[in-house]
Amino acid sequence: MEAAYGHAQDTAHAHHPTGIMRWIMTTNHKDIGTLYLWFAFIMFLTGGVMALTIRAELFQPGLQIVQPEMFNQLITMHGLIMVFGAIMPAFVGFANWQVPLMIGAPDMAFPRMNNWSFWLLPVAAILLVGSFLAPGGATAAGWTLYAPLSIQMGPGMDMAIFAIHILGASSIMGAINIITTILNMRAPGMTLMKMPLFVWTWLITAYLLIAVMPVLAGAVTMTLTDRHFDTHFFNAAGGGDPVMFQHIFWFFGHPEVYIMILPGFGIVSQIIPTFARKPLFGYSSMVYATASIAILSFIVWAHHMFVVGMPAAGQLFFMYATMLIAVPTGVKVFNWVATIWKGSISFETPMLFALGFIFLFTMGGFTGLVCAITPIDIQIQDTYYVVAHFHYVLVAGALFAIFGGIYYWLPKWTGHMYDEKLGQIHFWLSFIFFNVAFFVQHFLGLAGMPRRIPDYALQFADFNKVSSIGAFGFGLSQLLFLYIVVKCIRGGAKAADKPWEGADGLEWTLSSPPPYHSFETPPVVR
Amino acid sequence: MIRRTAQTLASLFLCFAAGLVHAQSRYNLQPPQTIIAREIYTLHTIILLICVVIFIVVFGAMFYALWRHRKSVGHKAEQFHENTTVEVIWTIIPFLILVFMAWPATKTVLAMKDTSNSDMTVKATGYQWKWRYDYLDEDISFYSTLSTPREQIDNIAPKGEHYLLEVDNPLVVPVGKKVRILTTANDVIHSWSVPAFGVKQDAIPGFVRDTWFKVDNPGTYRGQCSELCGKDHGFMPIVVEALPEAQYKEWVAQQTAKKSQATASAAAEAGKTYSMQELMAQGEKVYSKTCVACHQANGQGLPPTFPALAGGKIATGPIAGHIDIVTNGSKKNPVMVAWKNQLSDLEIAGVITYERNSFGNKLGDMVQPKDIAAARK
Repeated sequence: MEAAYGHAQDTAHAHHPTGIMRWIMTTNHKDIGTLYLWFAFIMFLTGGVMALTIRAELFQPGLQIVQPEMFNQLITMHGLIMVFGAIMPAFVGFANWQVPLMIGAPDMAFPRMNNWSFWLLPVAAILLVGSFLAPGGATAAGWTLYAPLSIQMGPGMDMAIFAIHILGASSIMGAINIITTILNMRAPGMTLMKMPLFVWTWLITAYLLIAVMPVLAGAVTMTLTDRHFDTHFFNAAGGGDPVMFQHIFWFFGHPEVYIMILPGFGIVSQIIPTFARKPLFGYSSMVYATASIAILSFIVWAHHMFVVGMPAAGQLFFMYATMLIAVPTGVKVFNWVATIWKGSISFETPMLFALGFIFLFTMGGFTGLVCAITPIDIQIQDTYYVVAHFHYVLVAGALFAIFGGIYYWLPKWTGHMYDEKLGQIHFWLSFIFFNVAFFVQHFLGLAGMPRRIPDYALQFADFNKVSSIGAFGFGLSQLLFLYIVVKCIRGGAKAADKPWEGADGLEWTLSSPPPYHSFETPPVVR
Repeated sequence: MIRRTAQTLASLFLCFAAGLVHAQSRYNLQPPQTIIAREIYTLHTIILLICVVIFIVVFGAMFYALWRHRKSVGHKAEQFHENTTVEVIWTIIPFLILVFMAWPATKTVLAMKDTSNSDMTVKATGYQWKWRYDYLDEDISFYSTLSTPREQIDNIAPKGEHYLLEVDNPLVVPVGKKVRILTTANDVIHSWSVPAFGVKQDAIPGFVRDTWFKVDNPGTYRGQCSELCGKDHGFMPIVVEALPEAQYKEWVAQQTAKKSQATASAAAEAGKTYSMQELMAQGEKVYSKTCVACHQANGQGLPPTFPALAGGKIATGPIAGHIDIVTNGSKKNPVMVAWKNQLSDLEIAGVITYERNSFGNKLGDMVQPKDIAAARK
């Protein structure tokens, strides 16, 4: 083992490219983490511009800004880009930066593969965004790409399919890298049950990725062959079944939503104890709860399909299984609250985002429970209620966790403190505008407004107007975030090695910023 | 004992819910009009209230801690963690609450799925982008298309009261009868949904699914297609008119009479030879209703899925090919359906003539209804 570390040291110091080649050739986990995070942010802005175009069209009844065919392309690409381009790469960026630092490893297990898994992403992104220029435009079948509508699309659909293949390959390589790193490269003494919770959640997430990304690849490949080679997987006239696409898609899709939230749970579980100055209340029950959520995620997929006409037994099974997820999720929320209880709490920006996360994610959890009840779901399926629900868990959930994590580790990464006052303003703007944009969508959904429509009946006008105003406020607030991050990278108060009084973990034993190659000799964990 | 408490609680909630039912609220589900919709409404009220109570308890504790245990007021952190008793309790209590929620939900699921012993059956078929209704017990079938004028959508004319929620031919049903709806689709997946009935059922091409409702009160009830089905997904509403039984019978008689009239006039049309002017007038009417959504008013289409007719290969090519694609549909591009199922010979003849002599196409040829009759496969 020691020989291996020595070897890494030799080559690393001999080879240190600069300029653009540093980023293209890099095998350093910190560089690659940075690349992932910037890529995710660019895609977040791209998907965000699409979201704002959608909300601008929905500002008032009638068609004003885009025509229906363009509208459908925008909602589809907004979904695909935010899921595969923004949220997932952002979390992989965190894994790259933090997993080696938190387990005391010198780098990721497979540094060259790491480089390759990142540089596949811009290729996929160009294919995906470039499909707007294809004849007929980008795919407009919704991010769920349901057959047979996806069969009708133009070549933009094929570009999206190839982009998904590439993104899937990147995710699988990233997941293999993370699992191998965590299982083999922990510092001596760091047993599995001593790992920081962020590392645990990523270990479980990586297994989910390996399990379901091939399933998605299979589904879109079948779509591709149906489109061009008359395979009729999803065509009843040829002996296929359109609903089979949905079963396969959601067998991927439900674990996928946990892929997008579990690392967020991990980040929040690092932040809360730090600013409560008190250890996490139930470490092992948090680990078990995460694992239970991951396992349950494989047996609940058809709750996305309560209106396709399953038999009663099927509906009941998926309803019960889905409701069961509330138990481990509840355990997590109770644990966070118990950690806060009788702590010594301060409210720096990471803590604000973590608390905002718990508060709003739990609301998304409750509406998730409402959606789990089959008869109620039949009323609100494919309405704005569902749109509100998943934006509470993915924006106020995953995205807030990402923001919290950025503010939490930015002093470590850059060596500078960010502007605390601006950070807090960013939080409050995001928090308020998020709720303005999405809370009213619950009412729209209950009153029966379907999702994915470019124009709506007059009784929905007021709430849509409010929602659009909130969306623009939320979108513009993110430019402040960009400013804060750039300002922090370029300078600011020098960050201490451990800038947060209550923080605990190996990453805080390093300097801020950490050396380009850290933990060349592994630390020993007691 | 638990059961009795549950029942008492449920009936308490019911009273509360009943108070809300009759008011049209902007913040809640639409006023229910069927037994299933009422059960869903109550279920939603119960579950929402339970969630609100849990929310207040959990976040009451959190905000209390955030306030009292702040560092800025000098609170010192205690270092306790792990307590098996507490952890077991907060696992079991939520589980019991879930069982309490699942019980009434299960009963409603079973009731929703029970489509047996229906009084009548209507098949609803989703098309891009309209609905077709076939009354299986009567000889009635018709298409139901959005009737909101294009000018309202394009903000040229002021929007009417039922903007986007109005159709030319609503589905007509009797009140107090169990109506079974079979859903299927012709092209992609659609979803037949009427919120006031608590009904939403996907319409899947190649498969038949079913659902049911029994309307309490006469009235007009509105819903929308609820599964993304392409360009005009937002423009294919569902309107159901529930009539008292006697009026419904009258309506059925009217429809049957109309149908036999239509058959008679179709027979008359079949042999007749029409003039260019008549065909063009007929064609323009059909085009502006049926074809315009995809091929556009100027005939430019939206390529590549919806090709242009102006100067198009088929619209300016041999007449037989044009007749075939309109009558029997396109194999290569299934969006172009076989219009023989939806249009009469005269209508197809008219629209083909119109397409060959509009948008700058000047072929000057004509198609007669008998040509279409011959082309029907």
